[in-house]
Amino acid sequence: MRSEEVAKGKIIEVRGTVVKASGLSGIKMNEMVRVGELGLIGEVVRVEGDNAFIQVYEFTTALKPFEPVIGLGEPLSVVLAPGLIGNIYDGLQRPLSTLEGFNVSRGYSADPVNYSKKWRFVPSAKVGDDLAPGRKIGYVDETTLIRHYVLAPPNVRGKLTYIAPEGDYTVLDKVAEVEMDGERLEISMMQKWPVRLPRPFNERLQASEPLITGQRIIDTFFPIAKGGSVAVPGGFGTGKTVLLHQIASWANSRVVIYVGCGERGNEMVELLKTFPQLKDPISGRPVMEKSIMIANTSNMPVAAREASVYVGVTLAEYYRDMGYDALLLADSTSRWAEALREISGRLEEIPAEEGYPSYLASRIAAFYERAGYVRTLSGELGSVSIIGAVSPPGGDFTEPVTTHTLRYVKAFWLLDPNLAYSRHYPAVNWITSYSIYSRELEGWWSRVAEDFKSVKGKAMDILVKEEELRNIVRLLGPDVLPEEQKMTLEAATMIREGFLKQSAYHEVDRYSPPEIQYYLLKLIIMFYERALDKIKKGSKVDEIRSNPLYLRIIRAKYEIKDKDGFDALIKEVEAM
Amino acid sequence: MSGSVSYSSVVGIRGPLMIIRSDGRLGYEELVEIEVAGGERRLGRVLQAGSELAVIEVFEGTQGIATNNVKVKFIGKPLELPVSNELLGRVFDGLGRPLDGMPEPVGKEEWDINGLVLNPYKREYPDEFIQTGVSVIDGMLSLIRGQKLPIFSGSGLPHDAMAAQIARQSTIARGEEFAVVFAAIGVPADTAMFFRGELERSGALRRSVLFLNLAEDPAVERIVTPRVALTAAEYLAFEEGMHVLAILTDMTNYGEALREISILRDEVPSRRGYPGYLYTDLATIFERSGRITGKKGSLTQLPILSMPADDITHPIPDLTAYITEGQIVLSKDLYHKGVYPPVNVLMSLSRLMKDGVGKGKTRQDHKEVSDQLYNSYAKAMEVRALAEIVGEEGVPESSKKYLAFAERFEREFINQGQYENRDIETTLNIAWDVLSTLPESELVNISEENKRLFMKGIKAEAKP
Repeated sequence: MRSEEVAKGKIIEVRGTVVKASGLSGIKMNEMVRVGELGLIGEVVRVEGDNAFIQVYEFTTALKPFEPVIGLGEPLSVVLAPGLIGNIYDGLQRPLSTLEGFNVSRGYSADPVNYSKKWRFVPSAKVGDDLAPGRKIGYVDETTLIRHYVLAPPNVRGKLTYIAPEGDYTVLDKVAEVEMDGERLEISMMQKWPVRLPRPFNERLQASEPLITGQRIIDTFFPIAKGGSVAVPGGFGTGKTVLLHQIASWANSRVVIYVGCGERGNEMVELLKTFPQLKDPISGRPVMEKSIMIANTSNMPVAAREASVYVGVTLAEYYRDMGYDALLLADSTSRWAEALREISGRLEEIPAEEGYPSYLASRIAAFYERAGYVRTLSGELGSVSIIGAVSPPGGDFTEPVTTHTLRYVKAFWLLDPNLAYSRHYPAVNWITSYSIYSRELEGWWSRVAEDFKSVKGKAMDILVKEEELRNIVRLLGPDVLPEEQKMTLEAATMIREGFLKQSAYHEVDRYSPPEIQYYLLKLIIMFYERALDKIKKGSKVDEIRSNPLYLRIIRAKYEIKDKDGFDALIKEVEAM
Repeated sequence: MSGSVSYSSVVGIRGPLMIIRSDGRLGYEELVEIEVAGGERRLGRVLQAGSELAVIEVFEGTQGIATNNVKVKFIGKPLELPVSNELLGRVFDGLGRPLDGMPEPVGKEEWDINGLVLNPYKREYPDEFIQTGVSVIDGMLSLIRGQKLPIFSGSGLPHDAMAAQIARQSTIARGEEFAVVFAAIGVPADTAMFFRGELERSGALRRSVLFLNLAEDPAVERIVTPRVALTAAEYLAFEEGMHVLAILTDMTNYGEALREISILRDEVPSRRGYPGYLYTDLATIFERSGRITGKKGSLTQLPILSMPADDITHPIPDLTAYITEGQIVLSKDLYHKGVYPPVNVLMSLSRLMKDGVGKGKTRQDHKEVSDQLYNSYAKAMEVRALAEIVGEEGVPESSKKYLAFAERFEREFINQGQYENRDIETTLNIAWDVLSTLPESELVNISEENKRLFMKGIKAEAKP
């Protein structure tokens, strides 16, 4: 993008986060601008003749009319280069770790990655190669977990006329040159991409592999596929953030992008504190070596909140284009939608429902559509999975952000306040949640255990029956139930306590690999079936309950760590 | 930002809002001083800054103002508070002007009351347990230094007594510097008197700063009061290295003042007439708490808010709980039973508890005991609901113990005196004692090790 003539104007009105400026002839919609003496960053959101409305990404306190506004000629873009991993950025990709002092000062600029650091570049293309967009020309090892492939930018095509030999280069150094339309273009390890524009790929594919999260209720009952999209709505205190932190920590994605959008500052600190210590379950390396964090905490400027989710998803797409499975977690998309509402209100647009702008649904749709399992431009397989928390006001799931989100995501984990009140975490409600990936992933799970589908089906039957039986018990007491049905209630309790509940803070319980998930559920179902046999022969539920195996099965999730342990316990249940 | 002074005239008045001719000289959120005929001075703040006109909110209201009887003076900067440790022991109004007849404190510096945005990267994760001496809080809803933990209450409930008890008991000197910052936001004068008396009684008054916007004071001023108070709190915590407890009561009045202004400005409302930016606005208050890497002090917030019509889904409690690190919900039912503090534990939560308790901090069984109390009490509530329908006789034998457990839990564990200060050992021992009402096989949350170490001990002790 070459810089054209720069538009220069001045402020005529300051209305909170929105500034009206005049004298900006030729300014483009969505162009970035610098506002006022402090040079606050803003984006043009409406053009009326020579006047423009600008949403300012920083606080506007003390900003005055007649202060200057300068166009920067390009839309909000992110820098894509080695050195992104392990960073924490604000909503505009400014690194927070290098900022001096204790506060986020206004109008500051900082390079998103270190421009002077040298990386060991290893070429993989050679002079004379036909370079298509997105093709790999070499790599650097960004961390021990991420081999960062240097890709031809999506708008570059031609013959390679130069490729740098293996050696140490900064992200600004030339590593290749390509002849395109008679011109020679330099390629470095860094490229820029406008955040509101999805990065191109070859084709969208059907997902067939699960994104394993290590969280039992999710992987077993409501799985997400690689490239999938999920909404997690829940009122306050239902554990949205803890669940998202858990998934970020344990998911088997190659890259994790965590966007803290309008949430608590201390929650970002918690990630910063735990990620360097947590071990990635596949590689055993610290999770930090595959993570990028974006923090626009609730007290940070609201317009940057609107930008932060786009910055996050663009970074995820960049790693997808290298052939990786990237996972984007956004906590919370409601705050992003509220930022849209606030800006819309200041622009005096006519609102649709609850003050939200009429384009809320289309913005939500466009965001979740950036998830997907694709064949990249270079022909590899990669994915972006999106998990978005939703914070419905008053826990009301009929509000606009929740209802519009549900139209575009394919899985839905509803967090239930009643489960949370009794400290049943994760508080995912198993009756109302759903995942349409469940069926697509059956093949994968049948390779974990042949009878996985039947065990899971039986467990869900017990839970559904429990729901009906509880309605009876609530009115008449449990004594009216025959012994078999009492046993069904017991089995449901075992599933709740021994399987569905999962502690985020217990060393063993917090991460459950697929085989262990299967074993835990299998044990309960076997116990239940043996118990029913015994009841038919005259045993009472109370006797069965006092069998030490009952408590041992419930506590197996904490205490048994390997296959041998489970096989031994299964033998005991068989002999019951 | 120059402190230049210039004057202007009024064009229009609408409720507490005033439109004045500014000719572009006023910046957003800057302060103006209004001299009403007769010499009275009021303060206002810029809500919208245009090249000709500006919209001002007048903190003391616009009564008696005409377009021709006032002079508007531009201060040229946002509202500031002079900060120094001379703030301690003083009483101010809701805008930070002395109310105690003493001169304005000499500030080391003047701080913008809007505060600065703390870089999340520079925050230190809060993990230090504060012993409040209140069993239900220490045992199940532990307060952590730097946490923001609101009390959600209803009219007639003892939230003030509870906040005062926490302030008294948690600041008992352990050789560390502490301070209490108290902000009254639209509360009756006797509430302010009560807190003052309680602080005096415990000898903490000289380590306290009071900011009072009472029910009779102008509503618009309430928008500023918590910010002024937190500016003082931030100074004491992060410059003077004190452990500061800030009590803000009642944040519902704050939200209503915000709504009043918003509606007068013709802004598009979201829920129940509150502005769409209520969440962001509340966050700029509640996020001003915590700890900073490399600094000694901490700022803990204990906001109090009354739930209109006891409705926790009302926008103010709802959005507050989305920002704060948990909530303490008070219950009318327990209050009517005579239980103090009447905390509904199932609806309450402390998000930071997990990292502040356990071995080396409180006691190794703390987390499991807490989980078990929640789990068992939730079950007991189901049994109670059943007993209400089928009668206690209809409850199966195995469940009857839960009814007894719930009774003892409420009467012995939650219930305590307003001036009773229990240490964490006592709290956990009472918990074990109450849990012993249930058969051991029901204690699914507790590991064998902790049962061995703690349950047996209590049983032996409990025997006469």
